[in-house]
Amino acid sequence: MKFTEEHEWLVIEDDHVIVGITEHAAEALGDLVFVELPEVGISVSKGDEIVVIESVKAASDITAPLDGEIIEINTTLTDKPELVNEDPLGVAWFFKMKLTDPSEMDDLMDEDAYKELIG
Amino acid sequence: MAELKRTPLYDLHVALGAKMVPFAGYEMPVQYQLGVMKEHIQTRKLAGLFDVSHMGQVIIRPKSGNISDAALALEKLIPIDIVGLKENRQRYGFFTNDNGGILDDLMVANQGDHLFMVVNAGCKENDINHLLKNLKNDCIIETVTDRALIALQGPSAEAVLSTFSPDVVGMRFMDTIVANILGASVWISRSGYTGEDGYEMSVPNESVVELANALIAFDAVELIGLGARDSLRLEAGLCLYGHDIDTTTTPSESALTWAIQKVRRYGGERAGKFNGADRILNEIEQGADRKRVGLRPAGRAPMREGIKIFLTETAETSIGVITSGGFGPTVQHAISMGYINTEFSEVGTTVFAEIRGKRMEATIIALPFKPPNFKR
Repeated sequence: MKFTEEHEWLVIEDDHVIVGITEHAAEALGDLVFVELPEVGISVSKGDEIVVIESVKAASDITAPLDGEIIEINTTLTDKPELVNEDPLGVAWFFKMKLTDPSEMDDLMDEDAYKELIG
Repeated sequence: MAELKRTPLYDLHVALGAKMVPFAGYEMPVQYQLGVMKEHIQTRKLAGLFDVSHMGQVIIRPKSGNISDAALALEKLIPIDIVGLKENRQRYGFFTNDNGGILDDLMVANQGDHLFMVVNAGCKENDINHLLKNLKNDCIIETVTDRALIALQGPSAEAVLSTFSPDVVGMRFMDTIVANILGASVWISRSGYTGEDGYEMSVPNESVVELANALIAFDAVELIGLGARDSLRLEAGLCLYGHDIDTTTTPSESALTWAIQKVRRYGGERAGKFNGADRILNEIEQGADRKRVGLRPAGRAPMREGIKIFLTETAETSIGVITSGGFGPTVQHAISMGYINTEFSEVGTTVFAEIRGKRMEATIIALPFKPPNFKR
């Protein structure tokens, strides 16, 4: 599992990656009440705001962790945003994407580096 | 920035894992370990304990010794019937300005020889100066600084609090008593700001930690933060000062004219004679140009404060604005309050709110979203 400074996690599955947010992020956001996912098939660039999430407190974005194409979205979250708080590393993944350059995964943080980031 | 103040319950909040945030000059708990959603449901189903010690507590004593002199003096600043407020009864009201706007909303109680008032934390300094300036000839104004304020809210509140003082059972909504609880003199009102039955208690600073601990020792009681307090009051259709009401909103616009009794309106015995009376009373007769309404978004996306409202998906001119919005954990959908031009404010009207550049449908609905459970 790899991590971004935006508190996303990425896991490699076959020829693509699964993306979600970390427990730390889910806890900081508070109870989620709304998730708006990107369209399948779109090309995204690193840093694009592609998911809108709203907690009981405020709205925020999830950005594309790397360049690539969205190949699947977790539509369960649209009806059950609370899953993100319950199981952010498991059932509550947000989207799957095919990376333009899979080697860019190497530049992301490993678990130890991420733990250091969040203190 | 000035240093943040702490309430006497600060250490308890921190010990229980509260997330502390700055609010109106205080470090306050926004949520505990349960989180906003579960804290909200807890309050609706059982009971929640809220630290509202940041709010202002004020005593108004008549110099003459006659309570109706203090009440009459206060009626110059507040357009409600205070003279007619019976001993051990409380009322909701608001200070108004010369333009008919609202300076603060408040609770005022007749405690026999004095009036007791609870005002918003963010307004308390201005409120006290306003009272000192305008009532100095007739009244002595005392700021209560040696007491904390806590609220026990929810269907289990009566059963829990009656184990400390059986007298609370006989109280009706907006009754007040003074009770001895754990050796302290506690000023209790059967009220709150969640839409639930419950009590607000003014407790000596040195006694409040013991009482709070004794209350949360009950299985039915959990401490609840400001986050759930906000979603509870929003579901109950109650205004948050500085958001849903302020110096630019009049009682008619903000749909609070129910608080202005007949005796203070045209034709009443003590009609007018308060700040902004002409505009406020004229609007009661003729209506205002805009009105506070409830909005139910069609989708799940919350429509939050500041979002503009339009009559159609393409209209260029907005007809209103959201002043409070979020998710209602009890009603299980997004809820908002806002101001809409009166001509489009009828219940059932479809409108559109612009969120992130997209027009999202909502319906104007009657407030509250969740009917209250007061003991009348």
